[in-house]
Amino acid sequence: MQCLHKFCSSKVLKAPFVCAPYSYSTTLLQQHRFFRTSYAAAGPILPFKLSDIGEGIMEVTVKEWYVKVGDRVSQFDSICEVQSDKASVTITSRYDGVIRKLYYDVDSIAFVGTPLVDIETDGGQAPEEDVMETPALSQEEHTHQHIRGHKTQATPAVRRLAMENNIKLSEVVGSGKDGRILKEDILNFIAKQTGAILPPSPFQEIQPPPPAPAAAAKPQEKKPPPSIPTPIAPRPVFTGKDRTEPLKGFQKAMVKTMTAALKIPHFGYKDEVDLTQLVRLRSELKGVAESRGVRLSYMPFFIKVTTFCLGVLTWAAHNIGLAMDTPQGLLVPNVKNVQMLSVFEIAVELNRLQTSGASGQLGTADLTGGTFTLSNIGSIGGTYAKPVVLLPEVAIGALGKLQVLPRFNAKDEVVKAHIMNVSWSADHRIIDGATMCRFSNLWKSYLENPASMVLDLK
Amino acid sequence: MALVKKNSTLKEYFEDAWKAGIVLKSASTDVFQNLALEDWIHEHIDVQQRSALLMWRNSSAVVIGRHQNPWQECNLNLMRSMGIPLARRRSGGGTVFHDLGNINLTFFTSKKKYDRHRNLRVVTGALKDLRPDLDVSATDRFDIVLNGVYKISGTAAKLGRTAAYHHCTLLCSSDRSLLSSVLQTNCKGIKSNATPSVPSPVKNLQDEDPSLDPSAIMGAMASRYCAEFGFDSPVITVDPSVEQLMPGIQKMAADLQAWEWVYGRTPKFSICTSFMAEGANIGLDMDIKNGIVEKCAMDIPHHWLPPEVGKELCSALMGIRFCPSEVAAVVAALMRTASRAPDLAKKTQSLYENVVAVM
Repeated sequence: MQCLHKFCSSKVLKAPFVCAPYSYSTTLLQQHRFFRTSYAAAGPILPFKLSDIGEGIMEVTVKEWYVKVGDRVSQFDSICEVQSDKASVTITSRYDGVIRKLYYDVDSIAFVGTPLVDIETDGGQAPEEDVMETPALSQEEHTHQHIRGHKTQATPAVRRLAMENNIKLSEVVGSGKDGRILKEDILNFIAKQTGAILPPSPFQEIQPPPPAPAAAAKPQEKKPPPSIPTPIAPRPVFTGKDRTEPLKGFQKAMVKTMTAALKIPHFGYKDEVDLTQLVRLRSELKGVAESRGVRLSYMPFFIKVTTFCLGVLTWAAHNIGLAMDTPQGLLVPNVKNVQMLSVFEIAVELNRLQTSGASGQLGTADLTGGTFTLSNIGSIGGTYAKPVVLLPEVAIGALGKLQVLPRFNAKDEVVKAHIMNVSWSADHRIIDGATMCRFSNLWKSYLENPASMVLDLK
Repeated sequence: MALVKKNSTLKEYFEDAWKAGIVLKSASTDVFQNLALEDWIHEHIDVQQRSALLMWRNSSAVVIGRHQNPWQECNLNLMRSMGIPLARRRSGGGTVFHDLGNINLTFFTSKKKYDRHRNLRVVTGALKDLRPDLDVSATDRFDIVLNGVYKISGTAAKLGRTAAYHHCTLLCSSDRSLLSSVLQTNCKGIKSNATPSVPSPVKNLQDEDPSLDPSAIMGAMASRYCAEFGFDSPVITVDPSVEQLMPGIQKMAADLQAWEWVYGRTPKFSICTSFMAEGANIGLDMDIKNGIVEKCAMDIPHHWLPPEVGKELCSALMGIRFCPSEVAAVVAALMRTASRAPDLAKKTQSLYENVVAVM
């Protein structure tokens, strides 16, 4: 049962569990040097009483427990939060040990002087005593930290790392409970000091890249792809266990939609669009839009052109949805009645949806009623896609990455062209191939010759 | 006021300066940064040998007490539409509305020296220093009333193992109409054991006397504090956004803004309400724990809508945050496969929208 700390280089003792805790500790002290850990809970069970709060208060309401039966606590760990007369009090433990009983439920009244919890204390260990290989006094700056103004000993792993690397705990920011310094905090501190890349600890979180809203401005050809802040250790170490989690919320609600959508006979149509002229137009108009306080991406143009063409596919209301990556998942808010909006007005609305999406504030009005969807998959990467129609719509378009590629012009010269691939999917029961082809060609022609949009502006 | 040593933290500065009492003023009006500053001082400054007063103001915000229920205490819809943030502080007590016309005062002492009445004497004393005939007094519930009727200050406190702080508000020139509309819940049918707020009639000090503006009052507070406790300290301005001065403060501010703290810390509660949708009376019963929907049941007349619709909605809501945007996302997804038959579609949509409105 008892496996003493592996870090100790002197003899490690594997002791059988001895029934008399006090005799155990005194005998071994004389014979061996060893590292005491706090894994022995063989001491007496002591009731920890609610001490005087002050101001003559005799009773408080227990509002929150920070521990449950079976939890291990150290001296000065928070046990519970009680409230009395507009004062919220954090009660901290007097002993090291294991919680064996909680005397009150949340919202019950506790009386000063009565027991709050029972703690099974560690065998024979008074709070200040610690048996270590080296005398504690001169090493205190490496072994003790201040928690809530009181000097507290750090865990064995932290103490060892701090001593080995000559780190003062007062210089390290603790990320544990109450500012307790954890092993990870020491490792981070060391990495910052030396610029070294250390092997990641098994508990390092894998940070996902910041979500790029799907309808964000298409990156200019000279700009590098959106940079992802990399953590110091690029290779995450997985602890190895697969975790099964039940689907809930938005993902669960979408299962039915996705299952139904995949039953639709899809057909796909892909094409390449030369956006060279549009790139030029947008760079000219970008400044004007910014002076009106609006960020102008390519999307407002794509959306407006789509509405010009939807007449081909026969539609009444053009509520065009944009696939957007948000904290809640891939949501599709839509711009309503695009047929009545100018490119600028579409840009304004798009900015509003992006801001709402990023701050998790999209409402039902924004998220429902869409009749057609555009997915800007190119902002994340990729050129071709096979998008799935989002019920109850009948068609969807996925816009690939804008790339700079060589193309032949009318004079058979090789020129630089800005090329984007678009992939359309449609419900074959409702839309036939020829119709889709006409739609796509019209879409492409407007974008390749933006001046033609002027003719059809309402 | 420059720091003594170039790279010292606030803690080191105080310990080096050897002062028994310090008066601080925050340079920030961000409620989360200021609450983080309070937390930081509470955790890092050794108050066994010294005490401190912190003066701070926030731009419009609602601050609920540690064990309160935000759905019960304020109009979250109105706050969202106006961009007024919600914060949960770590001390107990009730809900307050902060804006630049409200001054917050925090008295940091050791637990032994914790004495709220003495602190409130500093407050009333300072006001009387400015206007000797002002009728202000502290009640035994630690409020301060003006003219015996109007509440101008409320109190809350936080006690740790060895240190404590007592903070209170002071209404100078707050927007009273915004205050009253924001502090009224828009949620019906909440059943909870959370600490309720006790509403009182309020008045601004500046309505009583226009010379009582925030900066005059803060100056008087600092002097009176020093006089009462026998300290001698200038008012030191602190910028809570400077991580170097207060290592760890940015994380504290981030923790205070996290959904898990602001909403997720709400004690378990249930909502039992009903609404009218397309001519039918729909009952809704939900249990929420840690801000997450734990139980959801709906009472829908059988002839009005097929029971599967209600069951599907309840099932989809289980386990999600009790938050309008999360519910909106779920509802939008469900609507994609909802019946297209005109009257059913209308009823389903109405049902969904009413449920979102409950949050």
